[in-house]
Amino acid sequence: MQERTADKAAVRHQDGVAIVDLPARIDGSAEQTLNDAYAEATQTGAKRVVLNFSGVDYLSSTGIALIVGVLARSRKDGKQISSCGLSDHYREIFEITRLADFMRIYPDERSALAGS
Amino acid sequence: MSMVTGRLRGLLGRRPEATVASRAAARQQLADVPPIDIAPNDAALAFFQSASGPVAIDELQLDSAAIREMRAAGVKIVVPLISQGELVGLLSLGPRLSEQEYSSDDRQLLEKLASQAAPAVRVAQLVREQEADVRARERIDQELRIAQLIQQQFLPKQLPRLQGWEVAAFYRAAQAVGGDFYDFFELPEGKIGIVVGDVTGHGVPAALVMATTRSFIRSDAPRQVGPSAVLERANEFLQSDIPENMFVTCLYVVLDPATGKLRFANAGHDLPYVRSTTGAVIELRATGMPLGAMPGMRYEEKEARLAPGDVLLLHSDGVAEAHGPQREMFGFPRMRQLMAKHVDGQDLIDGLLDALHRFTGAAWEQEDDITLVTVVRAADVLAGDVLAEFELPSEAGNERAVMERVAEAVRPLGIEGRTLDRLKTAVSETAMNAIEHGNEQRRDLPVTVRVTAQNGRLAIAVSDQGGAKDIPEAETPDLEAKLAGTQKPRGWGLFLIKNMVDEMNVSSDGKRHTVELVFDLAKATKGGTDAGAHRR
Repeated sequence: MQERTADKAAVRHQDGVAIVDLPARIDGSAEQTLNDAYAEATQTGAKRVVLNFSGVDYLSSTGIALIVGVLARSRKDGKQISSCGLSDHYREIFEITRLADFMRIYPDERSALAGS
Repeated sequence: MSMVTGRLRGLLGRRPEATVASRAAARQQLADVPPIDIAPNDAALAFFQSASGPVAIDELQLDSAAIREMRAAGVKIVVPLISQGELVGLLSLGPRLSEQEYSSDDRQLLEKLASQAAPAVRVAQLVREQEADVRARERIDQELRIAQLIQQQFLPKQLPRLQGWEVAAFYRAAQAVGGDFYDFFELPEGKIGIVVGDVTGHGVPAALVMATTRSFIRSDAPRQVGPSAVLERANEFLQSDIPENMFVTCLYVVLDPATGKLRFANAGHDLPYVRSTTGAVIELRATGMPLGAMPGMRYEEKEARLAPGDVLLLHSDGVAEAHGPQREMFGFPRMRQLMAKHVDGQDLIDGLLDALHRFTGAAWEQEDDITLVTVVRAADVLAGDVLAEFELPSEAGNERAVMERVAEAVRPLGIEGRTLDRLKTAVSETAMNAIEHGNEQRRDLPVTVRVTAQNGRLAIAVSDQGGAKDIPEAETPDLEAKLAGTQKPRGWGLFLIKNMVDEMNVSSDGKRHTVELVFDLAKATKGGTDAGAHRR
């Protein structure tokens, strides 16, 4: 099994939008990575942050808690967060947990960038 | 007048294999002369058939053995008895007591007598023939009754009742009663002996050999180590006693109902079939010669295992070798096809008989005994098929190892797509709870996992050592409160699990605490998209 937990999330900026390419595994071990990525994404003043899940193959309940934490911070900070690239399974989990009610979910990066 | 002292013996049969008894009336020959047989090709027969009235034997110019014998016996005159144009007998007379020649008056009288006697003789013959027929038929019926009686006596009165197994049997003797038999008996260690056999030949001899074979195997089997030894001994035993040209095909199977294991040996009998739950049908093959054919035979011994839902069919050639109206055979391929269609034993037997009936037509007279025995390992009464059982130390990250191993174990069930994703999430969350909460990440405490499939349910049981602790109820987390920071962001585990599975059961024995995740296999293997209750 390939260990990608220590991977830092890659943050890209495009048209005033910060795109965060999340690591393959989002569980308890990804806490620091996620916090760092959020900090990096927002420090340049981007109003919108897109969490790109297309490289994610494992998302645990702890990982969900981390996403909830990031979402809570963004609301406090007045940033808009959306998600893209979720597999059918994780999209279902976003619906079950109602995360889908609190952030916009786009099928892919292109539609996320185009979305307002 | 003393002329009708000649005694007429009834003709056997209507055709001229005639027996003519003649008693010479000559004074010096008072004793009965032996009957004279007239060969069917003797010229005398054709002559008497067409003769009109009494015939003086001495004047006959025929090359006939019968006539020569008659002359030697002192026969002087013969009057053919003709009924409805058919020669039914001969009235043979010796010389007149007065030693004078027969006059024309005598001849006229004899002719008249013959014309009246002939129908009466014919009637008497018919009555006798019929009586003989009845007696012959009674003898055959009697023999059949005895054969049937023997056979019925030695067929099992009842079928074995085994927990988790269903046994069904069908036996129907042919008109002539063949030598089919089947038997069940108990063996040490809870095992069951199953025998199906067929004795060549019909009637009482076959029935007796069948009874002998059955009794021998039944009494010898518990003492032998395996089926091949039993058949070897049965072969030696029958060798000395069996009538020439008779032998017994016989399949002997030892079933262990606890494990589904079969050990079997086959003395030239039709190969049994096993149908698996996938519908695939295989033959159970083991080589060996029929019993009683040759001394010193060895029998191959093989093993197989019946999985839950598997159907074992034992049969005799009465079905496969039945002929249709065009003389075509029912055949083994047809049996296999029918087997693939039926999941239940009795159902299979009914299906086979039904197909046979349609194949042969209603006018069919059963050619041979039919024996069908089915042994089915029930899929629903079993403790379940264990797909995987393992334990791992309580280390962070091992929840993913548990997830991967369970996913691997359920692969043969055909679970895929989103159901497999749900299963993986549910398993890893459950394992994580066991590692983190139940065992508090203590490496020395194992997490135990058991994956079973039964009754259309896939169950994954994950146990930890925290049985004394209470498990919190799965509550629907309040996302607003979490986002507002009034509730911790965590606490999604149980909620997620509940939404991924069809059923979640929590139990504790005070020491171990177990969470069982259940998936409905029918739904899961359809790739169903609605497993788990969505809460929006």
